[in-house]
Amino acid sequence: MRIGVPKEIYEGECRVATTPDVVTQLTKLGFDVAVESGAGEKSSYSDEAYREAGCEVIDTTGDLWSKSDIVLKVRAPEGDEAARLRSDQTLISFLWPAQNPELLKQLTETGGTVMAMDSVPRISRAQKVDALSSMANIAGYRAVVEAAQHFGRFFTGQITAAGKVPPAKVLVIGAGVAGLAAIGAAKSMGAIVRSFDTRPEVKEQVESMDAEFLMLDFEDDEDGAGEGGYAKVMSEEFIRAEMELFAEQARDVDIIITTALIPGKPAPKLITAETARSMKDGSVIVDLAAEQGGNCELTVPGEIAHDSGVTIIGYTDLPSRLAAQSSQLYATNLRHLLTDLTPEKDGNIVVDMEDEVIRGTTVCKDGETTWPPPAPKLSAAPPKAAPAPAPVVKEEKPRSFVGPAIGMAVAGIALLGLGAVAPASFMAHFTVFVLACFVGYMVIWNVTAALHTPLMSVTNAISSIIVIGALMQISSTNSLTMWIAAVTVGITSINIAGGFAVTRRMLEMFRK
Amino acid sequence: MINAGIVTVSYIIATILFILALGGLSNQETARRGNWYGIIGMAIALIATILGVVTAQYTILLVALLIGGSIGLFAASRVQMTQMPELVAILHSLVGVAAVAVGYVNFMDPTEQLTGVELTIHDIETYLGILIGAVTFSGSVIAFGKLSGRITGNPLILPARHWLNLGLLIAAIWFGREFVLQSHAGGGMEPLIIMTVVALLFGIHMVMAIGGADMPVVVSMLNSYSGWAASATGFMLGNDLLIVTGALVGSSGAILSYIMCRAMNRRFLAVIAGGFGTGGGAVAKSGGEDQGEVVPIDPLETAELLSNAKEVMIIPGYGMAVAQAQHTVFEITRTLREKGVNVRFGIHPVAGRMPGHMNVLLAEAKVPYDIVYEMDEINEDFPDVDVSVVIGANDIVNPSALTDPDSPIAGMPVLECWKGEVSIVLKRSMATGYAGVQNPLFFLDNTRMLFGDAKATLDEVLKNI
Repeated sequence: MRIGVPKEIYEGECRVATTPDVVTQLTKLGFDVAVESGAGEKSSYSDEAYREAGCEVIDTTGDLWSKSDIVLKVRAPEGDEAARLRSDQTLISFLWPAQNPELLKQLTETGGTVMAMDSVPRISRAQKVDALSSMANIAGYRAVVEAAQHFGRFFTGQITAAGKVPPAKVLVIGAGVAGLAAIGAAKSMGAIVRSFDTRPEVKEQVESMDAEFLMLDFEDDEDGAGEGGYAKVMSEEFIRAEMELFAEQARDVDIIITTALIPGKPAPKLITAETARSMKDGSVIVDLAAEQGGNCELTVPGEIAHDSGVTIIGYTDLPSRLAAQSSQLYATNLRHLLTDLTPEKDGNIVVDMEDEVIRGTTVCKDGETTWPPPAPKLSAAPPKAAPAPAPVVKEEKPRSFVGPAIGMAVAGIALLGLGAVAPASFMAHFTVFVLACFVGYMVIWNVTAALHTPLMSVTNAISSIIVIGALMQISSTNSLTMWIAAVTVGITSINIAGGFAVTRRMLEMFRK
Repeated sequence: MINAGIVTVSYIIATILFILALGGLSNQETARRGNWYGIIGMAIALIATILGVVTAQYTILLVALLIGGSIGLFAASRVQMTQMPELVAILHSLVGVAAVAVGYVNFMDPTEQLTGVELTIHDIETYLGILIGAVTFSGSVIAFGKLSGRITGNPLILPARHWLNLGLLIAAIWFGREFVLQSHAGGGMEPLIIMTVVALLFGIHMVMAIGGADMPVVVSMLNSYSGWAASATGFMLGNDLLIVTGALVGSSGAILSYIMCRAMNRRFLAVIAGGFGTGGGAVAKSGGEDQGEVVPIDPLETAELLSNAKEVMIIPGYGMAVAQAQHTVFEITRTLREKGVNVRFGIHPVAGRMPGHMNVLLAEAKVPYDIVYEMDEINEDFPDVDVSVVIGANDIVNPSALTDPDSPIAGMPVLECWKGEVSIVLKRSMATGYAGVQNPLFFLDNTRMLFGDAKATLDEVLKNI
């Protein structure tokens, strides 16, 4: 089957749905790949690079659509794109079916198969296909870069000859994928990072990135984790307490990055105009929720606003601003999805509606709308279900004294019995034997585990001291005895020479 | 040529040197010196015996020594490090043969005439020496066959095998009694021969019932037996040097067996009784569950993960030895270390077919021993590890040993690689490990499976680093 990748027509969109690297891998799955001329230009992938990767470059959009069986896009189709879809074609792109019911209807009517990358179910297995996470990661990183661009100071603290520079303080609201990426980026630039989230289980993740997790002094033990690992709407009292916390923090921090989103709802207004204005002059707010209306009341979606010395960045296209990177990750997500779709690796896709990931992603097929999918069975982070299985507790039975006591008594009686009948010469040897066992016990425990093999070969060599027995017999006048002894000497000397030599060879190899 | 006093003093010196040889193995620095102590001790003992005890047949003696010595040196210089377990096993069998031979000769051609209790004790010593020697011999030969692949590694489970073992033991005791009685009357050869056959059968049956991964226990147990055989021979000949040396070797092997059993959380008797993983319900239960899907990875991505990591832990298992991949592993280690990646090795005590097997293989590949760690040393460090590479190991990294009380390997200490960022597991297929237990590690989100022959895939990884 042929995959076609058209140029994005959304204004300002710099991403492209495949990259030369990914083309190579798609070819291995049995696909032919074609891109529209100039598709990768804005994300620094030239037509030439695509050609080298074995990709056909087609000049016109119309040709590309008509020649392709599968169309890969980044943005949802718009304008005449939706109309180009044929019933035998498959389109894979972001779609936002909840926000674009009209578009979904139109696409359904074409009879083609449409898969929405924003509808990938949030289950562990689908992580490699989860383009939202990939994009959120980039957005979080880019948010810090944008903030640094507009913030007139260092992020890191320094003590220089010209005076001391305090580190910047960054507050990240919402510790999802984007929030954590922002924490990581800000932290690595040297800032002091704090973070807040309504879901207490992310505290550990925040702290693992060396940032401070702000706790809300709130009585009810309210957990903000909703279905699928996203946050849910919180109670009014909770929000009030939250807002107070932000108002207090705003006076202290230099940069606020907000990433609070609730699926299918407008973004919660967390930073009031008053709070934003209370920030120090030169402070920056980056609002990653701008597309859904913004977390800050002063946010102007898609633009940079200035108010009372505070810069509010409301860009809605942060992933597109890191086009080469986001194209690469998005293209890889698409490749993973296509790998799942082509179980035979023969370049023919099979839309298996039994597969949870494919089912969830497919929004329309054969003229029927299949969105929304049945709820996923598993939450990505099951909040309270199934406590971890208790670790196996080693059975520590109270040790009974009876067993060892009987054993010792029997051994003692046996020894006494032996002593009573055995001749003195035997007892002398026996003493030596018991002492030697103890010496061996003490010595061997000190042997390092790494040398257990040499230990075995060297003990093997010295156990052939049994040769002495044969040597005692070899001088016998009985020729049978003599010959058996001679053979024994020969056999044991194999052991002596072999054991010591191989030990030496092994020990020579142990080098620092 | 030299008198008995000097011989005794030489024996004492040899004993001390042997103890120092074993003591020297406490670390790699002193181990080489320790081996020399052993060689010198053996030389002193041999020379003292030849000069002080042997009175005739010097030519035959020297020829035998030379022939045997050259065979030994030849074998030692040719053996592959992956074949060490086989070599050690076959060398053990030689000690067994020697003990049997010395015992028989001593019985046929006694140097001193004993009567009464002394004769009884002497007979028991002879009998024990031959018994242990014969078990060591046949057991080692079978172990050699299993380790070298000449005999299938699967446990051979005869019906009523415990009864069979018990029967053989009772037979051995019965013939021992017969032997002592007949010996007083001047005979005794018959029961002795029957007992030898019984002991040989016992050795064969015992090792046949033990599966591949329990081999570390068997090899160290046979090591121990060869020591006890020497010790019993020492009693028989009234020679303290043999007694002491045998006791040293015997306790060494016993301790190794104990360490191996503890590393598998199994009782010694359970291992010896054999038939692991065939016991019943628990296995079927774990196998029947739907474990989910594995995430495969290709060598290219593996190379990327490794190059971008800061802390890498390599966990080798028997699969590495089978694939002879240790040299490639070293090349990867060196390349990564040059890039500033901290590569370490985590060794499980029962990894491989012999105690310390992995260490020897890695040493052969020139991996510096100070980056090779024991399980107890590094198990705490896994949360800081970015990438763990599991090469041909299965049960020793199975989390169900800690989480599933019904698992056949429950309670066995394992390397907790799943606590790290990512684990890459090299495996030929999705087959279960030796214990027949499915490994939940493979299905974890942070595990990637790299399928294929370890050597071939690692070569590919190395090319891409």
